Amino acid sequence: MKNIRLTIDKITGNSFLVLTLLSTVTVVLIGVGLYYKSLPILQNSSLSSLLLSAEWKPFKSSFGFLAYIAGTLWVTAIAIIIALPISLLTAIYLSEYAHVKVKKVLLPPIDLLSGIPPVIYGVWGVLVIVPFVQEKLAIHFVEFSSGYSTLAGGIVLAIMIIPLIISILLEVFNTVPDGLREASLSVGATQWETIKHVVLKKSLPGILAAVVLAVSRAFGETIAVLMVCGNISEIPHSIFDPCYPLPALIANNYGEMLSVPMYESALMLAAFILFVIIFLFNTISRIILYRLEGRMN
Amino acid sequence: MKRKLEEQFFKLLMILCTLSISGVLIMILWTITSKGAGSLTWDIVSKIPEGGFYIGKGGGILNAIIGSIYITIGATVFGLLISIPVVLYINVYAKKNSWLATTTRLTSDILFGLPSIVYGAFGFTIMIYFGLKTSLLAGTITVTLLVIPILVRAMDEVFRVVPEDIGNAVYSLGGTRWETSKILIRQCVPGIITAILLSFGRAIGDAACVLFTAGYTDSIPTSLDQPTATLPLAIFFQLSSPIEEVQNRAYAAALILTIIVLVISFTAKYFSKKLSKNKI
Amino acid sequence: MTTEKPHISVKNLNVHIDGNHILKNISIDIPDKKVTSFIGPSGCGKTTLLKTFNRLLDRNGNVEITGQVLVDGVDLYSPDTEVTSIRKKMGLLSQRPFPLPMNIYDNVAYGARIHGQRDKKELDKIVEHYLRGVSLWDEVKDRLKDPATRLSIGQQQRLCLARGLAVEPEIILGDEPTSALDPISTQHIEELFLKLKDKYTLVLVTHILRQARRVSDYIVFIYMGEIIEFGTTEEVLLNPKEKLTKDYVKGYIS
Repeated sequence: MKNIRLTIDKITGNSFLVLTLLSTVTVVLIGVGLYYKSLPILQNSSLSSLLLSAEWKPFKSSFGFLAYIAGTLWVTAIAIIIALPISLLTAIYLSEYAHVKVKKVLLPPIDLLSGIPPVIYGVWGVLVIVPFVQEKLAIHFVEFSSGYSTLAGGIVLAIMIIPLIISILLEVFNTVPDGLREASLSVGATQWETIKHVVLKKSLPGILAAVVLAVSRAFGETIAVLMVCGNISEIPHSIFDPCYPLPALIANNYGEMLSVPMYESALMLAAFILFVIIFLFNTISRIILYRLEGRMN
Repeated sequence: MKRKLEEQFFKLLMILCTLSISGVLIMILWTITSKGAGSLTWDIVSKIPEGGFYIGKGGGILNAIIGSIYITIGATVFGLLISIPVVLYINVYAKKNSWLATTTRLTSDILFGLPSIVYGAFGFTIMIYFGLKTSLLAGTITVTLLVIPILVRAMDEVFRVVPEDIGNAVYSLGGTRWETSKILIRQCVPGIITAILLSFGRAIGDAACVLFTAGYTDSIPTSLDQPTATLPLAIFFQLSSPIEEVQNRAYAAALILTIIVLVISFTAKYFSKKLSKNKI
Repeated sequence: MTTEKPHISVKNLNVHIDGNHILKNISIDIPDKKVTSFIGPSGCGKTTLLKTFNRLLDRNGNVEITGQVLVDGVDLYSPDTEVTSIRKKMGLLSQRPFPLPMNIYDNVAYGARIHGQRDKKELDKIVEHYLRGVSLWDEVKDRLKDPATRLSIGQQQRLCLARGLAVEPEIILGDEPTSALDPISTQHIEELFLKLKDKYTLVLVTHILRQARRVSDYIVFIYMGEIIEFGTTEEVLLNPKEKLTKDYVKGYIS
């Protein structure tokens, strides 16, 4: 009896260890797999020419990613500029001012928002944001915009990353000890001064981590942005121009043009670039957050 | 006085921001509902498309509903088979705060942050590597990869806060780690259910993963190696059709997907509330 | 120091946690079928010492243990010692009661079940016997299928004691087992300890000197990871030899 029990314990222990190691190695496998697939194009042209050229002519074997990289950066920048202040103010309110009862009412919508699938955001973007940009905003600035634009992509993306930033910020503010707040309040500071000088200051690394995580999320978001950003492979000159971010490039072309030489490899390189940037950003910000929470030395 | 004014100003701004987020949610739900409700007929949910999903004016999206359910259930089951052992290993078998446990947690946080398009591209590579075609199986494998980190993170959060003393109580009776694991699983049932629902919600709504791997067809798959339609792609593809009836099917599909996701969210809320009640 | 037969013998035990020297060169013989209490200020290492006895301590990472702990002559820390059978020998009563997530009956039957007892009648007998043993039977006999969490905290602690006793240990380790309880439940537990010492060796960690006086035969005073004094209750509490002990128990005497 005892032997059976100990054997089960050992077998489960070893097989669970194997699964744990496997799940950890997945991240390496993804990186290696994508790199391996993008090798052909990397051997064909230099990395700098791929990244710095804007000429995308697959049939002539020229694959310049610059327009797509620019599209990604534009959309992401707009999204962060919109989302960060709103998330920061909301998180401060919920963490420092709101009564428990108020929180109970206001937190669930943020949760729900984070659960809505990207494609639904896309539909909403097409129905609401695109016409809004075309009819209400663009006419004041440019002669013509279809509404399918960098700005529309940025707005939709901003709404998608707001719940993410808020939830991380709430966790970060939570790690600031109450004693610090009380110390500041007890010398006569107002609550707002306490927030400005103590809470925010103490949370700075965490806020940074939240922004980095949000940026990497924005980099990779595909379907919703793809549906509203216009998808024209040119570097956008204004926020009302269409753009074509990297994930959209992969999604739109995969599996369709595999007969063109190097095309598949080029798209895999796009995925690999996304992987590397997002991997680095995630690692850095998670390590910052782990330290804040005292889960890592 | 100026100090008070500044505080009042920012407080107002904060409340406006907070309310506007709820406002946006209501707006999204309203747009999806008002657009979709008109086209949401019995035919939509009970019939497969007639005459091709992109051009045919009749029929419904039953193929996509069934396909999504197949993939989601399959991925969640496979995901659990891998993630439960992982969570048990880092919380019960490995020593507390061991190097491996921390690395596993960090890795699943990073995997959680990878976009689904990267999973899609990677899924496509393994699909080609093993000589598979776009199919229910390839789609399920890719979505499984996507949900494993979600499941690991969500369950780990629950297992990690179970008081050490519960495990100690079992050990002090001469229990093994496996016996302790069984007790902890029992203790964490509401948390496991919440994790499953979370993964379900994410899996059913994700488009980029299945785009390259599951394919798309008008019929309901009858075996693992057949391609299958999914709800997110039903929305994505049909919305781009020039035909109004087809577009309306996309809106109906969007409404159905939204309802499914909301039901899952609310159920998850219910269970996580239960969880905090059970906490010792 | 004593003439009693030792049940647990600690020899040159050193414990480092995260690089800090928590227990320094501990050597002590815990006498058989007596109550021995560890006293000392918080953070002195008394709970750590207790946890080295059932090897729950080395489940945490970054713990380094050297030296020997012998139970009935068997070294707990020798590589071929089987941990689960060691732990079965020692019941543990923690600071707060932790009933397992199951009903009252299953809590007591749990240990017997994992050790191979499947017979329903035998299990009934075991459950009743040990619930009577902790004077809980009359209070719960009509609701054995209720979740254990429905019991009061004092009842839960007695249930945990019954659960521990049901695997027939030889030693009972108590880590401040009454610190979460009200005075009446505390009294219940203390009475049980006095009753149990005929059959079991009891080791208690406590910070309540009066409790140590009431229940223990021997007292160990630990300070900064070292054993300062070990002797009978009378000796240590009423007539301490060391100055540190004197200072610590002064509050009790006056």
